[in-house]
Amino acid sequence: MSEAGRRFISANRRVREDRRFVAGHGRFVADLEMPEMAHVALVAAQAPAARIVSIDGSEALAMPGVIAVIDGAELAGAVNPMMNGLDTPNVKRFPLAVGQNRYAGEWIAAVVAESRALAEDAAEKVRVETEPLGYVVDVEEALEPGATPVHPEHGSNLLLDRTFDWGPVEEDFAAAEDRLSLRVTWGRNSTVPIETFGVIAKWHAWEGVLDVWASIQMPKYADQIARALKIPGNAVRVHYDVDVGGSYGVKRGIKQTVLCGYLARKLGRPVRLIEDRLENMRAGDAHGPERIFDIEVAFDRDGTVRSMKMRALDNAGAYAGRAPFQLGKPIGAIVGPYRIGSVQYRAMSVTTNKTVQEAVRGFGQSPTNYAIETMMDRVAEHLGMDRIEIRRRNFIRKEEFPYEIPSGSKYDSGDYHTVVDKVLASADYEALVAERDRLRAEGLCAGIGIASCLEPSGGRSSFEPLLNEKNKTSTWMEGSRVNIDGLGDVTVAIHTTSSGQGHETLAATVVGEVLEIDPDRIRVVRPDSLGSLPGNSPVGSRMAIMLGGAAANAAKDVKRQMLAIAGQMLGVSAEQLRYESGTIHGPAGQSVSWDEVVDVAHRRFDDLPPGTQPGLTASFMQQVPGDARLPENGKGEMYPCYSFEFHLILMVFDPVLARPEIRRYVIGHDCGTVINPHIVKGMTLGGIAHGIGAALLEEFAYDAEGQLMTQSFLDYLMPSAHEVPEVEIVHHCTPSPLTEFGQKGSGESGYLGAPAAISGAIHDAVRPWGVHLDKLPIRMSTVSDAIAAAEEQGKGYR
Amino acid sequence: MKAAPFEYIRPASVEEARAALGADPDSRVLAGGQTLVPMLAMRLSRPSVLVDVSRLADLRGIEESGERVVIRAATRQAEALRSDLVRREVPLLAAALPHVGHPPTRARGTVGGSVAHGDPSAEISLAATVLGATIHFLSDEGEEEFAPEDFFFGPTVTAAPMGGLLTHVAFPKRPKGRVGAGFREVASRRGDYAFASAGAQVVLDGDGSCTEARLGIGSVGDAPVAVDVSELAGGTLSQQDIQAAVAEALEGLDCVDDLHATATYRRRAAARLAEQALAEARDAALEEGAQ
Amino acid sequence: MRTSLRVNGRTREVEVEPRMTLLDALRDKCGLKGTHAGCEHGVCGACTVLVDGEAVRSCLMFAVQCDDMEITTVEGMAPEEGELGMIQDSFCETHGLQCGYCTPGMVIAARALLEKNDEPTDHDIREAISGNICRCTGYGQIVEAIRLAAKRLRESNVARSPEAAR
Repeated sequence: MSEAGRRFISANRRVREDRRFVAGHGRFVADLEMPEMAHVALVAAQAPAARIVSIDGSEALAMPGVIAVIDGAELAGAVNPMMNGLDTPNVKRFPLAVGQNRYAGEWIAAVVAESRALAEDAAEKVRVETEPLGYVVDVEEALEPGATPVHPEHGSNLLLDRTFDWGPVEEDFAAAEDRLSLRVTWGRNSTVPIETFGVIAKWHAWEGVLDVWASIQMPKYADQIARALKIPGNAVRVHYDVDVGGSYGVKRGIKQTVLCGYLARKLGRPVRLIEDRLENMRAGDAHGPERIFDIEVAFDRDGTVRSMKMRALDNAGAYAGRAPFQLGKPIGAIVGPYRIGSVQYRAMSVTTNKTVQEAVRGFGQSPTNYAIETMMDRVAEHLGMDRIEIRRRNFIRKEEFPYEIPSGSKYDSGDYHTVVDKVLASADYEALVAERDRLRAEGLCAGIGIASCLEPSGGRSSFEPLLNEKNKTSTWMEGSRVNIDGLGDVTVAIHTTSSGQGHETLAATVVGEVLEIDPDRIRVVRPDSLGSLPGNSPVGSRMAIMLGGAAANAAKDVKRQMLAIAGQMLGVSAEQLRYESGTIHGPAGQSVSWDEVVDVAHRRFDDLPPGTQPGLTASFMQQVPGDARLPENGKGEMYPCYSFEFHLILMVFDPVLARPEIRRYVIGHDCGTVINPHIVKGMTLGGIAHGIGAALLEEFAYDAEGQLMTQSFLDYLMPSAHEVPEVEIVHHCTPSPLTEFGQKGSGESGYLGAPAAISGAIHDAVRPWGVHLDKLPIRMSTVSDAIAAAEEQGKGYR
Repeated sequence: MKAAPFEYIRPASVEEARAALGADPDSRVLAGGQTLVPMLAMRLSRPSVLVDVSRLADLRGIEESGERVVIRAATRQAEALRSDLVRREVPLLAAALPHVGHPPTRARGTVGGSVAHGDPSAEISLAATVLGATIHFLSDEGEEEFAPEDFFFGPTVTAAPMGGLLTHVAFPKRPKGRVGAGFREVASRRGDYAFASAGAQVVLDGDGSCTEARLGIGSVGDAPVAVDVSELAGGTLSQQDIQAAVAEALEGLDCVDDLHATATYRRRAAARLAEQALAEARDAALEEGAQ
Repeated sequence: MRTSLRVNGRTREVEVEPRMTLLDALRDKCGLKGTHAGCEHGVCGACTVLVDGEAVRSCLMFAVQCDDMEITTVEGMAPEEGELGMIQDSFCETHGLQCGYCTPGMVIAARALLEKNDEPTDHDIREAISGNICRCTGYGQIVEAIRLAAKRLRESNVARSPEAAR
């Protein structure tokens, strides 16, 4: 497909959501007022693991304005445990700890009061008696025989241990001319949106409906709430017209909603929990992957990488949830953009006494890319090869698409060599190298960082059946509805909350494109979940593909209906008609206007073609493009579309102070057809900033006593405008053959390669000292201390 | 994250403020609130009474007083940053102030509050230490005056008298001659509490020969410290001289370890920043002579 | 305590506990929900408002401290209902936001900068917003928005702020 002839898609049009936000008129959950609303504050566990002997809320309850105090035992008696992704029935999880707590900060009781401040006052007065239990925070210690199990009923700390062999791994290793091994560690960080998670639940006893307003980004959220609260699915009404203040994966909110839903029913009042920052950081259960990669790689002396063995050991924290699946998604791009012929992948998910993990932007892909790219740099270093050359040599070539990788996914399209060429030309790579060398001559550490990686997008969640055989998921559909009302105005319904992705703009743009009308004239609405078509929320870089596809196809259906009506009016077949900007032209110069078609459709049943329903409306359920078969023998297609990005960085720092300054940041980006350039640009720049944080600053660090040391913004350091450089984007477009307009996903772009590129730049900068810094985040003092230690051993420039 | 309840008093005079503070040992002064309020929000501090001194005219303003520049305690950091008098007469403080927090925190945060809090990474406290400013309190004992080295004990531990009210900090005016100041700090993000910081002031004579050199180090240990680089006097502040003087002056410097920065890093960073601050001060002094 | 808050040119008498922050008072007592709570400990800048013309963090002031001060929130930035101010429009033009949560604080920080400096360098812009954390944009399009707003303000002959126009 080409971009030719498109009016609105790819045009630099404004993002319609922006108007309300710049005026301060977004509608975030904390902005909603309800009569009689009650407020929740939580009582947090102090020790990383302790048996709960007793919880006494009487003193708290006696305080003025305090409505209720509940503990985990009460809640567990009334609700079902929350869902696990894996088949681990003995790893039970409730919103409040039951019997024992499993990480420091875990919520063990909830206080409800007339205001949040009063609830906090009362939470201090809840008397909790506990007996400390053994605990473990280190993932390798947790695996040792005799380690304290976080869930004694489960028997061990191992949630998942699967080894996949794709292709002739041992043969390829035997045949390869050389090999090396490495270990890299991805530190625990997360997306940490500026809005914490918030929810209001209100039980309508006369209707038998639980109304929920929440800052969510969660597939099948209403189903999970209903299941946990033991009420019918159609008794949960989630209001999607709530703006979400950032999520990037983490705002799943099941435990918070189950807690508030229970309280709302118990108390007969709307109940609101807006996590404060301490609750959010310690026990919002929204930490990201923490992963050790052990890699062996087999390659030839010309730089051809033949095979890879990767073990990914993930510290899941105290409960299972959906987090272990973050070891599954990377299988869809386990060889990155490279023609690696065989792979052995061992995925291990382990419980420890740390905060629970949630989905983070890329769902495990960014850590995996960091591991693969560090591996490529290490092979180049070993062979004395140029780091760009080794990548070029291994890239899948343009003519090889669609390209099936050993684990079974088919990459749809790409042109990696051209993107790299464009970036090098745009950046003037030779001048960049000269600049690096000039900086080095001044006594500074200067390095160039490189990363090339893929963004799998539009998935159908095939990692679920792959890692849990009881799960037969093979669709991850999305619905949209287009109405043309009796006055001829167009309304599109979308069925999700949004957290900055611009879905209203997306839907209006594609419907405007199909109907050839100005998108600004199109209204986009978000019915509540009971009035909605099925959908799976904006996860996995899917909405441009899936919501874009659904809305476009619904619009096409409406357009088809209009043509049929016009054909009837003109007495010609629909095939003889030409649709142009809402007017339908017949073969002999006659035409029917938009308004006339609308009039017939809405008022003149007699004039409709036989068998046609009145009104102009269409719904479309978009199935994920590509191969929908379930995985077999540990192999299958995970994602249909693959965007590509290539990062090139020049970094400089003083060898003693080691404060990294990114002098130049150029990224080549190919996500197929871009629907809205502003949105894609913003996602990419934001992803890079997030990647800078993950590489250099952000970590949920624990001390040996199992306490989280970085629980406020004073210690969990997110990049400010001073730490994020100006980024240059080089565009390329290889349309996907699988999607409506050739679009691919871009919601995770930037983040997927930035950590690898930054780590690579630091390594290039410290190359004279022969230092490897194989754990993220790479702190300034770590770099400086490593250089100083190497110099003491006589290494380095001097 | 809501503060525990407290009583709020906005006294009409310094005397009233003093009386309120003296009357209740659990009372605290509220000035700019940029450090205190987060501690209240996290309930790490739970005063019974907050005495808001931020509007007291007697605690606002910057003025000359003989050989000193007096900055009254509730003067905003942003006001000090904009002050021509500070720029002219206390160049090291002027160099330090842009490093204090961010524009919105400087707009409310006060000079006195920063000093009274006693954070080892506070830039204003470091400038006061290097320059030998005096810190003035009003307490039951009447007026009390502290030298920085007798005031800053440890992280947020100071010699502030019980129930006392910090009234002003008096900075010595720049010496005669060609004066230059340099201030450097390093943190993982600009505007954060620094891992190490260095402030320097040098005086040159007409020939470019150094007649006085001062240096202080902050952020690395329990409190900002002035270190002895007087051996630089008589020389021309060559890079070698600076390196040698810094190495000697920083020998035995106490540094702390934490998640974000090791003690070994802080020690080396302090030395590098000290060299940079002295060189910056030298260059500024030379430029002053050239004008 | 009874406190008089002058917000966006209108004075409101509110009854607040001393511990209630200006942020909470704006949201819960004045019904102005555009000012957002991000961290409530003075780091993220989402709650930034103008107090007597200076950008400050409203989570670090108590409402009782503010009586008779001139407070401007994002709601005071639009000249008319449904009509955007020049800085706001510039944010829309460059898409200097995504989720919109930090945006009011960013718009206020930009306003505080441009009131004092209509030819800011990129460093000035970044310093002005350095106390405001955005997790969506990576700041690039925010810097572009403020650059554009500065240019438009320099080139226009309209009053800088809606208050000045009154």
